Amino acid sequence: MTELLGIPPQVLFGQMLIGLINGSFYALLSLGLAIIFGLLNIINFSHGAQYMLGAFAAWLGLQYFGVNYWVALVLAPVCVAAFGILLERTLLRRLYREDHLYGLLLTFGLALIIEGSFVHWFGVSGQPYAVPESLQGGQNLGFMFLPTYRGWIIVASLVVCFGTWYMIERTRLGAYLRAGTENPQLMQAFGINVPLLITLTYGYGVALAALAGVLAAPIYQVSPVMGSNLLITVFAVVVIGGMGSILGSILTGLLMGLIEGLTKVFYPEASSTVIFLVMIIILLVRPAGLFGKEA
Amino acid sequence: MTSANRADYEQLRLADLHAFYGESHILHGIDIKVNRGELVTLLGRNGSGRTTTLRAIMNMVGKRTGSVMINGRETLDVPAHQIARLGVGYCPEERGIFASLNVEENLMLPPTVRSGGMSLDEIYDMFPNLYERRTSQGTRLSGGEQQMLAMARILRTGANLLLLDEITEGLAPVIVQKLGEVLTQLKNKGLTIVLVEQNFRFAAPLADRHYLMEHGTIVEEIQAHELQDKMDILNTYLGV
Repeated sequence: MTELLGIPPQVLFGQMLIGLINGSFYALLSLGLAIIFGLLNIINFSHGAQYMLGAFAAWLGLQYFGVNYWVALVLAPVCVAAFGILLERTLLRRLYREDHLYGLLLTFGLALIIEGSFVHWFGVSGQPYAVPESLQGGQNLGFMFLPTYRGWIIVASLVVCFGTWYMIERTRLGAYLRAGTENPQLMQAFGINVPLLITLTYGYGVALAALAGVLAAPIYQVSPVMGSNLLITVFAVVVIGGMGSILGSILTGLLMGLIEGLTKVFYPEASSTVIFLVMIIILLVRPAGLFGKEA
Repeated sequence: MTSANRADYEQLRLADLHAFYGESHILHGIDIKVNRGELVTLLGRNGSGRTTTLRAIMNMVGKRTGSVMINGRETLDVPAHQIARLGVGYCPEERGIFASLNVEENLMLPPTVRSGGMSLDEIYDMFPNLYERRTSQGTRLSGGEQQMLAMARILRTGANLLLLDEITEGLAPVIVQKLGEVLTQLKNKGLTIVLVEQNFRFAAPLADRHYLMEHGTIVEEIQAHELQDKMDILNTYLGV
């Protein structure tokens, strides 16, 4: 195959694939943040820690209880969501009437405590998690080699993201969620249990983070700090997409992953900063974000 | 005939109701009784506590004391989201149409609280405009259409006690007339209605009784047939 701007196509497509995979994680995580922010008005800084908890739950399950990957894919998000629900019921609930800053500080503090505890127990060096047998190997697509597991990540996260989008935009439950975001008090007056809706929404957002963690376990090291590294980038993605926009967070997540991948090909030095550059430009041109509504 | 069907059945009774927003004491001991099938208005100037009275019934104020009996049940300790389930439909002054929902989603949003609510077809019969615009974003409707939607939304739920706040405010006379016809139809169906109104000429021919409010208290109760004799009092309090 011919080269493009002096770049072999294998390299180009390889980096685009990595970009798409990172983008899948950005999408899953920023989607959870967007849902939580929409209804709870809280910027969930524990999101990275909850992503890490998902990966650890999978790893611990396999290590100590022989729970395989497929079971962990369901069980880990459920367990981490239950933990999130506990936090919501006992702590977050007290902050809804307060300024954003309080929720941010509380969730940030919680993240530090959770991550600190895991560093204490497991150290900072990562734990390996094997790719499940049925997803080992790969396909030669002609122009590139596609490891099966990486393809699976992209498909799984796309299905979950767009399934979530469909649920929110097209179903009765989603209508409750959208309406609750706009005017929770009136929803109560209509007979809808808004506190329960809020709890379940937080649980779902947390479950998305944990699911991303399980998906990430076989390709990244399962480490206590895996979430905090990722979260800063994810927040930049959220700002670019527009805070609280569901579709915006999904598409922006994928797009930013791709842009990052392409930067690695054409100007590797900027690959870790390009998303923040995009963020600055977007903030200058469209302060509400690509998909956000002007207040 | 069960007691719930008798004409003198008390659908709503407020006794010595006080309501607070934070430190502000808004209602100072309200006593109101509304029988099944009655249409009762709360008249008064802006700030006299009429909206707060409705919100206090819905448990949407900071704190309330006294008694709020709905269908014979004390509801002072009932959480806000369970009040509607007692058969109460609330239409707020600002109408509360959701921008992120289209017209039909807005209509379908409030859960059914009792059997016997209007079907979607019946609602579209009553408000043909809403049918034509059912896929439009809720807040793209005209003010009059939004008001129709806010009313229609609670008729679907089967609520038999309607709390309506300033439904004619800022609307064209032809729409106000339509709303009057709708209220007459609902009254004929046997629904109980508490109407907060600024527009006395709209409310007078519809209502069975009027409560006159001032500074968070009820200052006068006026039967429909006493209206002519008590116009002076009304003029004093409303400046109509």
